[in-house]
Amino acid sequence: MSTSVRPDAGSAPRIGRARPIVLWAALIVLAVVAAMALFPSLLATHDPLRTDVRAALEAPSAAHLFGTDQSGRDVYSRVVHGAGRSVGIGLLATGLALVVGLILGALSGIAPRAVDATVMRITDVLLAFPEFLVALVVVAVLGPGPTNVAIAVTIAAVPVYVRLARVQTRSLALAEHVEAARILGVSRARAFIRHVVPGVLGSLSVLATIGIGSSILAAAGLSFLGLGPIEPSPEWGLMLSGGRNVLGTAWWIAVFPGLAITLTVVSATIVGRTLRARAEGRAS
Amino acid sequence: MLVRIAGIAASVIVVLWGAATLAFLAFRVIPGDPVSVMLGPQAQVSDAVKDGIRSELGLDRPPLEQYLSYLGQLLQGNLGESYQLRMPVTDVIGRQLGSTLQLTALALLIAVVLALAVALFARGRVSRGIAAGVELVVLSSPVFWIGILLLSVFAFGLGWFPVSGTRNPATIVLPAVTLALPVGALLGQVLRDGIETAERQPWATTVRARGAGQVRLTSHHTLRHGAAGALTLAAYLVGSLLGGAVLVETVFARPGIGRVTLAAITDRDLPVITGIILFSALAFVIVNLVVEMFYPLLDPRLRRVRQGRA
Repeated sequence: MSTSVRPDAGSAPRIGRARPIVLWAALIVLAVVAAMALFPSLLATHDPLRTDVRAALEAPSAAHLFGTDQSGRDVYSRVVHGAGRSVGIGLLATGLALVVGLILGALSGIAPRAVDATVMRITDVLLAFPEFLVALVVVAVLGPGPTNVAIAVTIAAVPVYVRLARVQTRSLALAEHVEAARILGVSRARAFIRHVVPGVLGSLSVLATIGIGSSILAAAGLSFLGLGPIEPSPEWGLMLSGGRNVLGTAWWIAVFPGLAITLTVVSATIVGRTLRARAEGRAS
Repeated sequence: MLVRIAGIAASVIVVLWGAATLAFLAFRVIPGDPVSVMLGPQAQVSDAVKDGIRSELGLDRPPLEQYLSYLGQLLQGNLGESYQLRMPVTDVIGRQLGSTLQLTALALLIAVVLALAVALFARGRVSRGIAAGVELVVLSSPVFWIGILLLSVFAFGLGWFPVSGTRNPATIVLPAVTLALPVGALLGQVLRDGIETAERQPWATTVRARGAGQVRLTSHHTLRHGAAGALTLAAYLVGSLLGGAVLVETVFARPGIGRVTLAAITDRDLPVITGIILFSALAFVIVNLVVEMFYPLLDPRLRRVRQGRA
């Protein structure tokens, strides 16, 4: 039973398990990011929106850990306050994509062949392209704006879950415990919801841990292009684009938010791969 | 042979027609009046003027008629006129195409060289582990951040390369490297995956038993398997290059299709967006054709036996 979308997975996971120290580092990074997102005011040292022209473009120091930007805003506090928005959009898109994918995939797994084939064909085409490109095309059609960016990132993430949910539904629908429930007189619909869907949801959530990273990346890319949130919102992708113009004099404005994105995505991927390796180890 | 060419031509037409129809449908399904969207929220335009624009664009005719005339225009190679630039979409795209093609071709070349070098030289457990770690970090970094880091270090810091512009040939180096890194990392992952799987096959032991060294085993035998896996990702890689080009051209302020795309999205220039979607579909079809021709070169099992030869 394969729990991965990669065609070559299913055999022993080669890039699965991380060393314990790497895994712990990744978990700590995620905990810090979660703390930033939930309680930004506790961690921030300044008001992320307060401008102070006299303190513009100051290099990192004890007073301003990550320096200040063109308007004298504290970059560290903006990174802290940006976590909610940047990571939030990744979480929201992944959560929505998981639900939509679960519904579409599970239904497709028990639907008539023609419906199943159509859904899978569309899924395959979408899976052939990177999430960012799919999201960009959706934004191109819907138009810019934070809501449309969230919709676009969600749509881009859905196909992976549809495919996995379908495979899992098919194999679980034939599993012994489901058959046993049916023999005991449980109705088809109830057996499906009580015994098939939870199992599918389990494998989908493992995949979602990895998916959060790519959704964060796609959303950050769209914000960087100026298609999502607008100034003065603290958002990591947007901060990078603001920093781009003063790179020659103030590298810190663009470097720290980018570092935040990379650390978050690397950590989410490491944790997700470890979870996947464990799930596969249990299943086989 | 003729049958094969006809089949290929048919699939090209079907993909392009599908993309054209989807683009047409998409812009009619989204809520909002296209003319108001096009003019923007700030525009102070009377309804009479809007009606004038609508009939000029043919938006007052029945949908089926619009669709048919749209397809007819496409057949003549006419993609319509840009709302913003007031010039044919084919010109808008054509003018910027060269710059983006140069950038993506060079990036692809760098990526392939990097991935091959890593696949050939990282063979031990430790070096493969390091390669996998570096690839993970590169793939997890936003490509625009990589560009910004390279700019800070090599353009602003060391002054080795110009910051932006296009006149000097050296200006393409940093953007191409930026675009190449994530593509190369992905290629490297897939190549190594294929090579490691092939190394566990029984015939790999046979090759070693015949006295072939690690290098020969990789370069003559296992690399083919990795490359076949990488080829299946061709469409994905083209997508990465196109999507990456939008970001990289923005970071380095380079003209190109990416900048045109971004401007068209921001200005809601629907004809240009449609044109770019069609152009991407065409690129996708061409890449898939090239890939199909390459497969038999890599995998002898797919070669057709020529008639008349035993």
